[in-house]
Amino acid sequence: MIRRLSLALVLVLAPAAVMFGAADGSWMRNVPARDHEKVSPYGGQDDAIAAGRRIFVDRCSHCHGEDAEGTKKRPPLKSERVQHQATEGDLHWLLVNGNMKKGMPSWARLPDQQLWQVISYLKSLRQ
Amino acid sequence: MKVLSCNRFATTDGLIPSMRPVVVLCLFVAVFIGASRAQERPYFVTYSHEMEEPGNLEIEFFSVLGKPPAGNRFIGSNIEFEYGVTAWWTSEFYLDGQITQHDSTIFTGYRWENRFRPLLREHWINPVIYIEFENTSADKALREVVGHDGRDDFLESNAAARQDKERELELKLILGSNYHGWNISENIIAEKNLSNEPWEFGYAVAASRPLSLAASAHNCTFCGEKFQAGAEMYGGLGDRYSFGTHLTSHYLGPLINWEGPNGMTLSFSPQFGLNNYSIPRLYRFGVSYEIDQLFSRFHRGAP
Repeated sequence: MIRRLSLALVLVLAPAAVMFGAADGSWMRNVPARDHEKVSPYGGQDDAIAAGRRIFVDRCSHCHGEDAEGTKKRPPLKSERVQHQATEGDLHWLLVNGNMKKGMPSWARLPDQQLWQVISYLKSLRQ
Repeated sequence: MKVLSCNRFATTDGLIPSMRPVVVLCLFVAVFIGASRAQERPYFVTYSHEMEEPGNLEIEFFSVLGKPPAGNRFIGSNIEFEYGVTAWWTSEFYLDGQITQHDSTIFTGYRWENRFRPLLREHWINPVIYIEFENTSADKALREVVGHDGRDDFLESNAAARQDKERELELKLILGSNYHGWNISENIIAEKNLSNEPWEFGYAVAASRPLSLAASAHNCTFCGEKFQAGAEMYGGLGDRYSFGTHLTSHYLGPLINWEGPNGMTLSFSPQFGLNNYSIPRLYRFGVSYEIDQLFSRFHRGAP
């Protein structure tokens, strides 16, 4: 009986664990070293942060919240993972490729310059 | 992705009657629901590999104005509802209509298409599989050119053309690349009328780029990043028994679009027939409106 219950518990929890694992930044393991090391050409420039904020509000805020605080279904971007664990290059890789199995679309439709501007804005949120 | 709207059809008779409820619904949606911006490509015929964002609904209206030699001027239009089911699957439903001068205004049918992106990461070239079923007659929207489609198809009266029901399966291989701000898209088209007719083939290629690659730090309506310009070419490639460019029509033209405030995008393209089998000039207009996270708006805790 206990064995059956354990099996049922594993079957129920395994998919949930996979989902949490994916939402736990597992995408970062897929970033190639070359992309991981990329650095924003804009650094912390005020104009780039302001432009990135505009792009974020237009294109990202309906999923991630007006101030990147996250919504019911989508993660916050003020998190430890985005602000400290992920490099600018990691975030650029994620924006270009998306995480389509988990609902994050590719934003390769935006020019590279605009992607870096968004990343400048996101990284400015930790201050 | 492409462009269109919920506008009024440009006709002296008013709206195409059977499309009135749809247009009223579009206006309701446009007025009462918020919008997002999606960086639409300015293409009218060519599909890019970029999918609709998951949960977003795009309402689009496309029109083409043309006049075949020795024929009547026409406006072919369609309303499209494009929904992002997932990040790799987009579904779209079309309602088509047309107006022919000195003839009539008619509803010409519907189409339903699905696009699937098999590779879930961005590569130097990205394939998308497109599958469409259409049930139309006397259609003049010119959403694609295949087989031996040509200007003579536009000379028949609407009453006569409506007798010919076209129930067709259309497959496309969409290939797209983004490179240094440019989008380059190629479509290979195969279409089969489900009554006993041969496969017909066609192509469409396009390229476009925003006028400015970096965004402005200040709010602006007419700055370079809000405009995209490019060019599009498409045409028929014969059918299974006569593959090639003999007796086929081809068009080429520049494209431009403008991303206006509140999620609206306007597009325009004058297009030119490249041989005597084509209509000499076509003028295409489009308006699109994107509604973000459609279904989240109908339950509590919506963003």
